[in-house]
Amino acid sequence: MPPVIQLENFTKTYHTGEVEVPAVRGVSLIIEPGEFVAVMGASGSGKSTLMNTIGCLDRPTTGRYLLDGVDTSELSRDELADLRNRKIGFVFQGFNLLSRTSALENIELPMLYARPGIRGHEQRERALKALELVGLGDRADHHSSQLSGGQQQRVAIGRALVNQPTLLLADEPTGNLDTHTSIEIMGIFQDLNRRGMTVVMVTHELDIARYTRRTVVMRDGHVVQDQPVTQRLDAVEELLKLTQEQQAIQLAP
Amino acid sequence: MILLATLKLALRALRRSKMRTLLTMLGIIFGVATIIVVVSIGNGAKAQIEAQIASLGQNLIILLSGNFSRGGMSMGFGMAPTLTKEDYEAIRKEVEGVSGVSPEVRASTQVASGNQNEFVQVFGVGADYIDIRAWPLDSGANFTEADVRRANKVAIIGQTTAKTLFSDVDPVGQIMRVKNAPFVIVGTLSPKGMNPRGEDQDDIVLVPYTTAMKRLTGATTFRSLNIQAASPTAINSVTNQIADLLRQRHKLGPGRDDDFMLRTQQEISEAATATSKVMTVLLWVVAGVSLLVGGIGIMNIMLVSVTERTREIGVRLAVGARGRDILLQFLIEAITLTVLGGLIGILFGVAGSRVVSATQGWVTLVSVDSIGLAFAFSAAIGIFFGFYPARKASRLDPIEALRYE
Repeated sequence: MPPVIQLENFTKTYHTGEVEVPAVRGVSLIIEPGEFVAVMGASGSGKSTLMNTIGCLDRPTTGRYLLDGVDTSELSRDELADLRNRKIGFVFQGFNLLSRTSALENIELPMLYARPGIRGHEQRERALKALELVGLGDRADHHSSQLSGGQQQRVAIGRALVNQPTLLLADEPTGNLDTHTSIEIMGIFQDLNRRGMTVVMVTHELDIARYTRRTVVMRDGHVVQDQPVTQRLDAVEELLKLTQEQQAIQLAP
Repeated sequence: MILLATLKLALRALRRSKMRTLLTMLGIIFGVATIIVVVSIGNGAKAQIEAQIASLGQNLIILLSGNFSRGGMSMGFGMAPTLTKEDYEAIRKEVEGVSGVSPEVRASTQVASGNQNEFVQVFGVGADYIDIRAWPLDSGANFTEADVRRANKVAIIGQTTAKTLFSDVDPVGQIMRVKNAPFVIVGTLSPKGMNPRGEDQDDIVLVPYTTAMKRLTGATTFRSLNIQAASPTAINSVTNQIADLLRQRHKLGPGRDDDFMLRTQQEISEAATATSKVMTVLLWVVAGVSLLVGGIGIMNIMLVSVTERTREIGVRLAVGARGRDILLQFLIEAITLTVLGGLIGILFGVAGSRVVSATQGWVTLVSVDSIGLAFAFSAAIGIFFGFYPARKASRLDPIEALRYE
């Protein structure tokens, strides 16, 4: 099996007027199937650019990026769109669900653009299955505005999973959530990862990064640290601990 | 993405902001309704004119006496006394391919019967007149050639005149006074309705032209002659023969203008259609402008919609929508908007032309063509004015779009 992500001396330079702004200055990175990686770094470190490239939303200025063995540097806009559709599931900080649209229909969204097309009833079945996977089987008809932040992020994870991608890409997935819900979401990621899903997550929270297996730290467009997580946290245990603490101060029932 | 799914998406997007959708559609609704009403009025008028011209009779040629000018001022054809009784006789005898000729002299005068009286147009005509005009009798008989020769005081009256003077009594055989002379009514005409100027053609009295000239006008020349060619193909030849004959009789050397004018039914109908065409073009311009304005409204709202939904577009692009999918989504939304507006406009238009018919008394004719045209127009406006916003949406950069607040 090829690595899910293979970056070879990747650079990205933005042109703002006549000034060239280097965002990433040469990163080589390999992520194998089944890994759970946290990409960390301050803003301006180049981690967003790295994520956009990994997510096939952008192409390298120089260097190569192979997603699941496919070289993306020569692909057209449409081919990149198809690649995103088939191989990548996105989870965003702001959930990015379509408003006034039911949870189920939000999850169906990536299947609308699948090639070859998927039949209507199969779309529905797969969407329901994904919704159950994230524990919201009973909220299929709820609109996003009727769901809590945590529930919305679960729907977004369901949407990311529905096309059975090779890579789950999460951009600050817990940034808008409270501690308890954040741990729940990390629990879902850990669970998916245990079942073989490759997860790459951008975060600036050290606590959250400790739920992953490997952390990559970026600064000024370089990877400055790449090491496995020691003292890994388990979401189930942490949740239990938190609940007990909250009960102690009567925050939770 | 399948078209049906896109259409569903468009309908939902439009349903989300009903008020905005309705307001946006208004331009198209009015534009299309205007087209329907305008075309129906135009068609109605055209059909009416055609019926009127057909009602003149068949293969009709009208010969008007000369253009009378006094001191350089043209008084119009039919004013100069150039058509004589001898000209009429000559045309009857010498021109081939003619199935009927009738002079026409007109006088407006008082007619009375019992204690009823009215002011009416009296036409002095020949015995051929009612055949040429394809105007059958309702009752009684036509006056005869003998009546014409002797200038007998006989008359045929129209339906309105009959009602006014005799109400329910059968007028045939009754006596009517015209300028105090007693006339025997020999027949009544079948109803003909209004002419294009809205005048009642059934308020009429026909008398032999000889009688009219002797007792009513005192004139010795004719204002016009109605000539019927035997067949449509004979019209040209008859027209040429008459022109040659009259030039010869009136001793008009080469290079001198005719002192008469010949008009075929074809030419009259063309002239009438040309007038209504100008009107139609004018109204089309009005409808076109309102559709244009409606289209610009659509473009405006679609641009707003694209901006508002930038994040949605970003999400769609991120999960694998191609530029074309986004283009199609917004284009179909615009087309749905205009086509819906078009359909409502068609309903309003049909209703509107009914209202025009009912309140103005105009004949309107809603044609399938105009409905199809209006429908096609509204779809075309959706495509034309929806394309730019849709293309703008499809070219958004997914990263920028996702970051858009």
